[in-house]
Amino acid sequence: MRALHGLPSRARQVATLAAAVASVAGPVAARAQAAPPPVIAITGGTVYPVSGPKIEGGTVLIQGGNISAVGRNIPIPAGAERVDATGKWVTPGLINAATNLGLTEAGGPQFSGGYNDTRATGTKGIAAAFNAWEGLNPASTFIPMQRGDGITSVLVAPAGGLIGGRAAMVDLAGATVGAMVVRGPVAMVGAFDPTAGNLQSRGELIGTLRDLLTDARSFVARRAAIESNQTRPLSAPKADLEALQPVLNRTMPLAIAVDRASDITAVLALARQFNIRVALVGAAEAWQVAAEIAAARVPVMVGAMNNIPGSFNTLGMRQENAAMLKAAGVQVTLIGNGPGDGATFNARNIRQEAGNAVAYGMTWDDALRAITLAPAEAFGVGDRIGSLQPGRAANVVVWSGDPFEFETRAERVYIRGALQSGRSRQDELSERYRRLPPNFRTP
Amino acid sequence: MPAELDIELHTRSTHVRSHFIRARLVLAGLVLAVTAPVYAQQPAATPAAVPGRGGVSQPLADPFPSTYQPASSRPTVIRNVNIFTSAGPLVRNGSILVQNGKVTAVGASVTAPADAIAIDGSGKYVTPGLIDTHSHLGVYPSPGTAAHQDGNEMVNPVTAHVWAEHSVWPQDPQFPRVLAGGTTTIQVLPGSGNLIGGRSVVLKVAPSRSVQGMKFPGAKYGLKMACGENPKRVYATRGPATRMGNVAGYRAAWIAAEQYRRRWDKWNADRQGDPPARDLGNETLAEVLRGNILVQNHCYQADEMMQMIDIAKEFGYQIRSFHHGVEAYKIADVLAREGISGSLWSDWGGFKMEALDATRANIGLVHAAGARAIVHSDDASYSQRMNQEAAKALAAARAVGLTISDEDAIRWITINAAWALGLEDRIGSLEPGKNADFVLWSGNPLSVYARAEKVWIDGVMLYDRLDPRQQWRTDFELGYVTSTGGSR
Repeated sequence: MRALHGLPSRARQVATLAAAVASVAGPVAARAQAAPPPVIAITGGTVYPVSGPKIEGGTVLIQGGNISAVGRNIPIPAGAERVDATGKWVTPGLINAATNLGLTEAGGPQFSGGYNDTRATGTKGIAAAFNAWEGLNPASTFIPMQRGDGITSVLVAPAGGLIGGRAAMVDLAGATVGAMVVRGPVAMVGAFDPTAGNLQSRGELIGTLRDLLTDARSFVARRAAIESNQTRPLSAPKADLEALQPVLNRTMPLAIAVDRASDITAVLALARQFNIRVALVGAAEAWQVAAEIAAARVPVMVGAMNNIPGSFNTLGMRQENAAMLKAAGVQVTLIGNGPGDGATFNARNIRQEAGNAVAYGMTWDDALRAITLAPAEAFGVGDRIGSLQPGRAANVVVWSGDPFEFETRAERVYIRGALQSGRSRQDELSERYRRLPPNFRTP
Repeated sequence: MPAELDIELHTRSTHVRSHFIRARLVLAGLVLAVTAPVYAQQPAATPAAVPGRGGVSQPLADPFPSTYQPASSRPTVIRNVNIFTSAGPLVRNGSILVQNGKVTAVGASVTAPADAIAIDGSGKYVTPGLIDTHSHLGVYPSPGTAAHQDGNEMVNPVTAHVWAEHSVWPQDPQFPRVLAGGTTTIQVLPGSGNLIGGRSVVLKVAPSRSVQGMKFPGAKYGLKMACGENPKRVYATRGPATRMGNVAGYRAAWIAAEQYRRRWDKWNADRQGDPPARDLGNETLAEVLRGNILVQNHCYQADEMMQMIDIAKEFGYQIRSFHHGVEAYKIADVLAREGISGSLWSDWGGFKMEALDATRANIGLVHAAGARAIVHSDDASYSQRMNQEAAKALAAARAVGLTISDEDAIRWITINAAWALGLEDRIGSLEPGKNADFVLWSGNPLSVYARAEKVWIDGVMLYDRLDPRQQWRTDFELGYVTSTGGSR
């Protein structure tokens, strides 16, 4: 079963570490295990399945890495490991749907590689065939930090480019990229931004996208001619035109970064013209065209921690954006738009975004959905992650309290049924200097 | 040498007294003539020997004096409210009274005058106005167009001659947003591209047509210095290209500054002969050596902070605060011993090599070692949620087993920050006699759900979330977004 492949070795490695520091480790840390036991019953907690109403004193039953039952009065098989979650909150693992996690550490290309394809910064900024996640490093020290805050899955996306390439949804456990991938690709990623393609104007930008999609549409019918260079010059190489086919046949959305209200309208028009699915990312001024977005049934990925008119495209940016979109009937996913590298090191701060969304008008339930099931559905993996339902992967977090509050800790984090360690390099540094060992006392 | 010292001390105390008088006059509503030039207070000299005030280098000169004056305000009392005073334990269901721009009473109950505005704070919280020791508002305004990139004079590794205030755009729309987050005082610094970046300025987050109208009266200037990667990256081709180049650069600057200080202190004491040549850069550095300007030192790594401490000792100045200090936790005991505060992030890290060892326990570990820990922002978004960042740092500290109170976490964004700016006797806590800078929060400010509801500076309410008429919009914002935007 692919879902479990690759987990044991890394989990064991982490478990060894955790055991060595068990006396000082945080709650998540010391309990990592080599392999998931066949049956785990998390009992007594307040369960938020997201796919349905909350269940007081509910049980989440995990078998073989998947959720097998959720509810009250669930019979617990003999021999099951029982986890008492009385007084705790139990939610699906959180999903951050806008990250470059694992693609780089220590601030970018000069240290450990970048986020995009060379062509993304080229003349037209088109690199549709680029698969961002193929360069992911499962050993990135940034990954355990995220797990420790209850993030169990992330979208790994390219950064930069008019059409930057393809993104995958990955679980934050596994020794290999293949083991981590939930599904990939799940989206084509782009930016409605003339500078992303070294273009001069929005008119040129729209024309470029139209040419690209037109050429991609002709690709299937004219494959032979294209293969033998019997065509006029095309707007992108063959590989890119081929990579765009799932967008044109609606099996994959074009997730496009776009902020200005009029630009959002232009993207919706383009989507209608080519009959493609789009998702709006960033969407600073989306609240101004919320009804139009809702009518088009287009999902939106927005943050809740930014109201700064940082560019002329985001003059209407406000923290109520997410709540206003939700109220208009838009499917809203919360992503990071707050300060401090929310796409890598601080991808974990997605729960702070959710808390702020609530402070600015969203309901708590909608905010939880916006960092669990909403992104899962927007990227076509709602059948695997994002909710606590039978048959879904057992990505489950047991929290000490309200997951959006700072004082709350992710006490137990399960990915595909395996208890994870959230112990990070940062934790080791803190511990070293919390009780300075003699060899380090000379300043 | 003793004579020079005398002059220094004399000048300094005269200056302090003049500001005290000015503050009192403002308080009493007697604002006429309070902006009398500071030069009037300088030591008497024969007119012939003084070539005009711009021609000589005087300690504590104030050529761009603050014109800030709070509007008149009625007394205000908030009752039934939980008060983080930053001067003692949380006052539950207490009251706070402010009059004439000052806090006059805080406690279980207070007696308010009949004409006081009375606010019921049931279920709500009050804190001092939050203070951000590290801001680039106005010098890196929004929108971030190239035309407004005024924060980093990256033409020379030492630009001690520039003053951040001369780059501040008072119409930066980030100001009202930061105010709406409960932040009332900010230190605006030059960027970190240079070894010595120039003077900082302390601002009230209050509307004005000029930066002078925002300047915190009587606040000392800061000097921005920067360690590590930034300067050596900026000057890679012409030097400094290495950390050893950085250190040589600081030392060369201080050597010149010390010579300059001696020359000018001697001339100011005896007024004999032609005055020495005035140099804006050395003038700023000399003021650091005289103790009149506080050093605000951007520095990430523990080892570099240790070296900066030695340089400060070599030239006889104090470092008031290390900024960013992602490795401050490694030398927390040293910071405590040396009396250096740490202006730190709750959770930023990993974005460059020197930020790799960042940990969320940093602030807690520095606090636990007895040093002054401060939550700072360096970011206009973060600066709107200083309370949330303090809460995050508090949670991380408790997660590693440290016992730190909620009150301590509030100190990280109030009184400790005030100390880093040398303003701890004026702002940062709610005690009788202190400036009435305070925030009414919808709930516990350490909760993610709390929002600043009302914000006062010097007793004047400058922000009310519940009343759009009390929400400052800068010139820039007018006309761009319709009023259907409502409150932000």
